[in-house]
Amino acid sequence: MIALEINGHSHRIDADPATPLLYVLRGELGLNGAKFGCGLGQCGACTVLVDADPIFSCITPISALQGRRIRTVEALGTIDDPGPMQRAFIEEQAAQCGYCIAGMMMRAQGLLERRPDPSEAEIRRHLAPGLCRCGTHLRILRAVGRAAQMMKAAGRSR
Amino acid sequence: MIEPAAAPPPSSFDAGLVGRGAELAAIGNCASCHTSSDGPPYAGGFPVHTPFGTVYGTNLTPDVETGIGHWSLDAFTRAMREGLDREGRHLYPAFPYPHFTRVRDEDIEALYAFLMTRAPVAARPPANTVIVPRPLLGVWKALYFVPGRFHDDPNRDARWNRGAYLAEGLAHCGACHTPRNQLGAELVQRGYAGARVSDWQAPALDATSTSPVPWTEDALARYLDQGIVRDHALAAGPMAGVVRNLAHAAPDDVRDVARYISSLDDRPEVERDRRASRALASLPRARARGSDDPAWQRGEQLYNGACAACHDRGRAVDGGALPLPLAIAITLPQPSNLIHIVRAGILPQEHEQRRWMPAFGPALTDSEVVDLAVYLRSMTGRPAWSNLAEAVRNVHDPQETAP
Repeated sequence: MIALEINGHSHRIDADPATPLLYVLRGELGLNGAKFGCGLGQCGACTVLVDADPIFSCITPISALQGRRIRTVEALGTIDDPGPMQRAFIEEQAAQCGYCIAGMMMRAQGLLERRPDPSEAEIRRHLAPGLCRCGTHLRILRAVGRAAQMMKAAGRSR
Repeated sequence: MIEPAAAPPPSSFDAGLVGRGAELAAIGNCASCHTSSDGPPYAGGFPVHTPFGTVYGTNLTPDVETGIGHWSLDAFTRAMREGLDREGRHLYPAFPYPHFTRVRDEDIEALYAFLMTRAPVAARPPANTVIVPRPLLGVWKALYFVPGRFHDDPNRDARWNRGAYLAEGLAHCGACHTPRNQLGAELVQRGYAGARVSDWQAPALDATSTSPVPWTEDALARYLDQGIVRDHALAAGPMAGVVRNLAHAAPDDVRDVARYISSLDDRPEVERDRRASRALASLPRARARGSDDPAWQRGEQLYNGACAACHDRGRAVDGGALPLPLAIAITLPQPSNLIHIVRAGILPQEHEQRRWMPAFGPALTDSEVVDLAVYLRSMTGRPAWSNLAEAVRNVHDPQETAP
């Protein structure tokens, strides 16, 4: 049994310790926000936050995550009550197919929690490991900038 | 003191000479130490960390106030040959004049032409923090600095000699790959035996090389040209910058350097071939065959969950990566390269293809990095790293790739 803390809830997982977190999120816990893209840590669709940092959940075994604070896109808000990051992505209409967007939001969330007022160059550098094949990069950049402003105005990051 | 000279107008230099200088500057890896991380090329400011403090690369653009705009060819030649700046002060040997002293006049002239035709940039590097006062460098030079030219070895062919001239001189390969004594002088009698550079290990290039598949001239030439070659790990750490520069060097020069460097491993060919076949025989995991050590077992779980998806496939498959028994980082005497790569990954520069490994620093704790390293080291059949936990604690600035 491996104990994981995900979005503030404790879970006991009965799985091979080498199982990547993504499979547990989607297969066991019904947290389908993080997506399976490449399975190789190359596309970023599976990105979640561990403690304060984005990680690729498709290549992070659960054995490495006991006692760590895991957050998925579901922690940023709900459909009825989206958090600032999600509202910013909606307002900028930053999703086209949407497959990369949960990962983009989590990666951006990690950045804004550490640097509430990043430059566009910093946002670009930080988001670089996330791939979008639809070409909505400019909207994504605008959405992250908007999220930063919304969080600053509200004084909170979610 | 060499009097300030008016900078020669860029138009006074022959275009062919400037082009040759550009290729030679690439061989010399000049841009790596003379360019800061975000700054314009050759405008200086890159920190070179030494055991004696930090030396910042100087501004080599022809700016009169902050660069070498006032340097005549004589002053430039003297800096290369004798390690003195234009005012006659000793230069710190972080500027590798013990190698550059071998560079021929015509090549120095080409380098000068190349640098003096760059756009001048006004930029002053931060002050050095070296604890050794400059005048004391005279003593260091008296002890360790051997000025002189390169002499061909008549028993070797012209290409080998050309490669030796470049590698020993301008390319200054030994500045990283040769161990140094406590005062920072290269140990000539242990040339290319491998050394620690900043927090990285420059692998041995001589017969003590731990490369799982021993280098051949062809493989090394391709590696130096492309940064990646079959059955070897790709260039990482400080070597990644070297390879980026070599992309602008003359292909023949790079081939000749490979000819010389590959000859340093003078083990019999039959032995090197045997090692290569053995390394290639039992991939992807070679000798990692089970252990009672709990660290090894945890390391295997981490490998299965984090590494196997790419490294068990091999490069022939899309998205696959080098099987790790072929990775030199796990065979070196110190684990620092492996720790850096696990934590920071291998990140491409913009527009660079075929280089990508995710950073596992955020995912893995120190003790997990130790476990993973224990497991990976067991693939080599070499003794376990004795100082692993300490190294994992200390090697913590993965972005630091100073040469």
